[in-house]
Amino acid sequence: MTDETTHAVAFTPEDLPTAKSFFLPHRIVMMLVFAAFVVAVAVFMRWDWLPRYLPRLGWGILVSLIMLFSTAILGFLLAVPIGLVQVTGPWFLKLPAKVFCTVIRGTPLLLQLWLLYYGLGSLFPQFPAIRQSFLWPYLREAWPYGVAALTISFAAYEGEVMRGAFAGVPPGELEAAKAYGMGRWTMFRRIWLPRAIHRALPTLNGETVLQLKSTPLVATVTVVDVYAVISKVRQETFLTYEPLLLLALIYMCLTGILVIAFRTFENRIPTRGA
Amino acid sequence: MAADSLVNWGLLSLSAPGWGGVLLQGFFNSIQIAVGGFTLGLALGIGGAFGKLYGGPVLRDLLECYTTVVRAVPELVLILLLYYAGTDLLNQVLALFAIGPVDISGLMAGIFVIGVVQGAYSTEVLRGAIKAVPAGQIEAARAYGMSPAKVLRRITLPAMLPYAIPGLSNLWLIATKDTALLAVVGFSELTLVTRQAAGTTKAYLLFFLAAGALYLALTLVSNVFIGMLERHARRGFAVNR
Repeated sequence: MTDETTHAVAFTPEDLPTAKSFFLPHRIVMMLVFAAFVVAVAVFMRWDWLPRYLPRLGWGILVSLIMLFSTAILGFLLAVPIGLVQVTGPWFLKLPAKVFCTVIRGTPLLLQLWLLYYGLGSLFPQFPAIRQSFLWPYLREAWPYGVAALTISFAAYEGEVMRGAFAGVPPGELEAAKAYGMGRWTMFRRIWLPRAIHRALPTLNGETVLQLKSTPLVATVTVVDVYAVISKVRQETFLTYEPLLLLALIYMCLTGILVIAFRTFENRIPTRGA
Repeated sequence: MAADSLVNWGLLSLSAPGWGGVLLQGFFNSIQIAVGGFTLGLALGIGGAFGKLYGGPVLRDLLECYTTVVRAVPELVLILLLYYAGTDLLNQVLALFAIGPVDISGLMAGIFVIGVVQGAYSTEVLRGAIKAVPAGQIEAARAYGMSPAKVLRRITLPAMLPYAIPGLSNLWLIATKDTALLAVVGFSELTLVTRQAAGTTKAYLLFFLAAGALYLALTLVSNVFIGMLERHARRGFAVNR
């Protein structure tokens, strides 16, 4: 996925409004209309279920965030070698990395998740060796499959981004590092990786927002994230819109916080001439 | 499971005991929704992009809200909201005109839902592409006395195409994969029928891998066409890119 597409499908720091932009006359009117709408929603719709579910919602949000950050970090750790071998590796590493990225990016995440959960999940119990291993208590749960699917997906998308970022570091900088007598590892650690991450940072941020948008899929394999809590609310209260509106609001807040954090982080990185 | 082989390929056969026909029907449904949703999204996107670039302040802000909400909320949540809200709203409008509630086909609802989501994405892609068209070309068209509609048809849309195609082709691939999410609202597209087939026969890996191969084939075939289209649209451009 190109940089622009990530921007088109994920909310990114450039989209954040500035404080001043809220005080245009037509915006004040629009915000008043919106406020009236919010009040109408609060008054005329049913929200009496909310206090009862508040603790569970909090846990759900926490599970969603844990899913997001654990898979983003694990996925990124996988993406660095996947991107690197596609730029500089021998063909027997380049080819599998390329195939991995193509296959994962070419199939829906929901399908991958169900393949892991139902497919592998039904295969594992047939092997006594796995049933007796220390991993078995975890493999019986749903969350390892959710983490695995989300990590693999993030690694594939991010691997493609890192490939472009590694390839885009100016060769002169790497030559300069070599001229200073740096070994391959030192060069990678001090020049190539930091420069590549720096280049990929905006796309990385966008991909992380996309990853947040993918986390509710794990609810389909019985992981109790915020989406699953809301589904439970819908089943128990027979309400259609109220829980879903709240869920959309929760995700918008999470995205907003994430994006603000990214902007703060990006602003702290010194860039010359920018 | 057949004793002589590890995998029972007969399960994939097209006729009744096998599930191949069902899978292909689901695949066909997925493609239909992807094509319909992508087309609807493109129409919304063209309108949205021009509204964002040339519309009044209120229209621009409303479109900004639309794209922001769609880009910040998971597709799964949007699909649920639009699916229920869309069908509910339609029936209420119909009730106003004293027409009884209608059953909205899953196909139409799916196209609507994917289309609205894709509309926001393509608004952003097309807006960027239109901004990449050199302003001089549009000014020249205006200087020739072309009406705004003619400028759009003859200059802006053809000239932005090379800039829009990479983004739009990504959106098409996203659309094909987003159809899988309709499984959650119970529409029998490829992913859901795969799960039903797998659940009935207990051959989970076989069916999920088969469905994965179908999705992958769609992506790879799409990529070939996208490459051709891109070469066609970029003819006359400088080679380095």
